[in-house]
Amino acid sequence: MKRRLFLKSAMAGSAVATAIGAGLLAPRAVMANSDAFKAISSKMDAAAASAGKGSFTFKAPKIAENGAVVPMTVDASGMADVSNISILVKENGTPLCCSFNMTGANGEVSTRVKMGKTSAVTALVTAGGATSAVTQEVKVTIGGCGG
Amino acid sequence: MSIKLKPRARNGNIDIKLLIKHPMETGLRKSKGKLVPANHITDMTVAVNGTTVMKADIGSAVSKDPYFKFSTPGKKGDEVTVSYNDNKGKSGSASKKA
Repeated sequence: MKRRLFLKSAMAGSAVATAIGAGLLAPRAVMANSDAFKAISSKMDAAAASAGKGSFTFKAPKIAENGAVVPMTVDASGMADVSNISILVKENGTPLCCSFNMTGANGEVSTRVKMGKTSAVTALVTAGGATSAVTQEVKVTIGGCGG
Repeated sequence: MSIKLKPRARNGNIDIKLLIKHPMETGLRKSKGKLVPANHITDMTVAVNGTTVMKADIGSAVSKDPYFKFSTPGKKGDEVTVSYNDNKGKSGSASKKA
């Protein structure tokens, strides 16, 4: 139920973001991620802290040559009833990178993320109502946010 | 912003690879002394034959021209539709048969 509430507020969040894009708020107020997304990030962060070790595969390079494009793969296809896969980069401004809510798709996803600096990266999988995590340290030689 | 979508039916599943052309600016990068405003995809929905199978919340930390790979149960001939919204209110979508 809480998840639906967050998804609903994510919808409201993008409405706010549209207003920002239309220039109704000062440019300085444009946040990198909407407040609703940051709320999901905090929730995932908390879930990751208390999650048990996952039995799924999380592949990420030990050393990322380019922090702007770090490939990651989460394969939880061996687990039943996967409802969410999230990727969190601890040292990023907003740890949550992306959160995939599965309503039929298989429990595996690959993508490329930006990392500002060397950080622990956590893959969080929610399956059958229980959340589990696998963390890996990824060294970054060139930061991915242009800073 | 265009989407390259490659669904491939294999062994009862459809393997989907997709690439969305999008700058994915975090809003924290400076170019020529000025902050480049945030411009990134916020959410993405994937549907097979009209039924949503995955809905993702995407943050600014996903790389430029986001690449995603995932799979969903399905067979050859199923139509895969991907649509996204970004923080500026723009949206895009693409459809392809597996």
